[in-house]
Amino acid sequence: MHEASLVTALFDQVDRSIAPHPGAIVHRVFVRVGELAGVEPELLRLAYDTLREGRTCAGAAIELVSEPAEWQCRACALPIPRGEVLRCPRCEGEARLVRGGEVFLDRLELEVPDV
Amino acid sequence: MCEDCGCGDPKLVSVEVHSSLLAANDHEAAHLRAHFLGDGVTAINLMGSPGSGKTALLEATARAWAGKFKLAAVSGDLATAHDAERLERAGIPSAAITTGTACHLDATMVDRAIHGTAVGEAVHAADFFFIENVGNLVCPAIYDLGQAANVVVLSVTEGEDKPLKYPVMFKAADLVVLTKVDLLPHLRGVSIAAIEDALARVMPKPVMIQVASTEDQGLDAWLAWLSARRDVVRAAPRLGAHEHVHVRGHAHPHPHPHR
Ligand SMILES: Nc1nc2c(ncn2[C@@H]2O[C@H](COP(=O)(O)OP(=O)(O)O)[C@@H](O)[C@H]2O)c(=O)[nH]1
Ligand SMILES: [Mg+2]
Ligand SMILES: [Zn+2]
Repeated sequence: MHEASLVTALFDQVDRSIAPHPGAIVHRVFVRVGELAGVEPELLRLAYDTLREGRTCAGAAIELVSEPAEWQCRACALPIPRGEVLRCPRCEGEARLVRGGEVFLDRLELEVPDV
Repeated sequence: MCEDCGCGDPKLVSVEVHSSLLAANDHEAAHLRAHFLGDGVTAINLMGSPGSGKTALLEATARAWAGKFKLAAVSGDLATAHDAERLERAGIPSAAITTGTACHLDATMVDRAIHGTAVGEAVHAADFFFIENVGNLVCPAIYDLGQAANVVVLSVTEGEDKPLKYPVMFKAADLVVLTKVDLLPHLRGVSIAAIEDALARVMPKPVMIQVASTEDQGLDAWLAWLSARRDVVRAAPRLGAHEHVHVRGHAHPHPHPHR
């Protein structure tokens, strides 16, 4: 299970992202998980809930957004349906994964103190 | 406005981040890659199920290339150093990386294993540096280790549908080595065509080489593929001293050569 190490990386990124907002409290963390990112959303959630104690994210809910995989021809951009042979039926071009191959920290919702 | 906890606090701000959770690993991997390219070392990340024949393939490679190319290796294992010991016996300077609970290698683990260590010296001088990853078809796939190429080792007994079941791993592969083909006569029903079809649905550029490592069969194509990779690495422009970024505030207080 590599989700634990990804969650640790997530916490570090949250800390860096809130550094410009002193005193901020993290309310929600939005993470986008690609279908071919090699990450099990439920394992990521479990790791998050297990490891967040004592971190900046301790009181923050995690929102997971799944992103389906999308392949298309590198040469002519024709979409290639998942499960098909990854070669363009129109021009024989090689397929390229244009979406769904990564896991991202998208966005944070912060509560910032009164100035 | 906070909708979650009903606190009614108006000062809820949204901060866009858009960064990959693998960014820190990728950064460290870029550092490793710069070192490998600078040294003209072809680094190969060897992945596959436990028992697929990763270590046996490297042992066969060492037999075939004894005295021809300089090899070095690290071997990731949850608990033991058995594979590194096997590789040492085969004549490849090697070190074990015991990962404990982690089911994969990451760039930091590889960096620690070769930075200022005996095997690190061997890597520095090597033609090929093999990183035998932890046996697992899931977790290792997403960690860049600074390699020039990813090789997935798949044995004929694992089932033709494995590429379809583990698309993330096979999508990342530059080459699939199908091992234990000497067993095919005993495995009625295993279809090479079915494996090739499955690969074509998950690998944009499917390339498969068939070997029987323990019988020293089929190695020529594998060795030729490796040599071609080495040519590409050695044709890449070498970076000068410190033209690359160092991670973890790593400003080289300790000596190690940068060519
Ligand atoms: N018949 C046959 N057995 C093999 C071959 N390659 C590996 N093996 C055997 O498969 C077992 C696992 O191999 P090993 O290299 O340790 O797999 P690893 O866990 O992927 O490193 C060992 O008993 C090997 O001798 C092969 O090409 N043919
Ligand atoms: Mg092994
Ligand atoms: Zn096309």
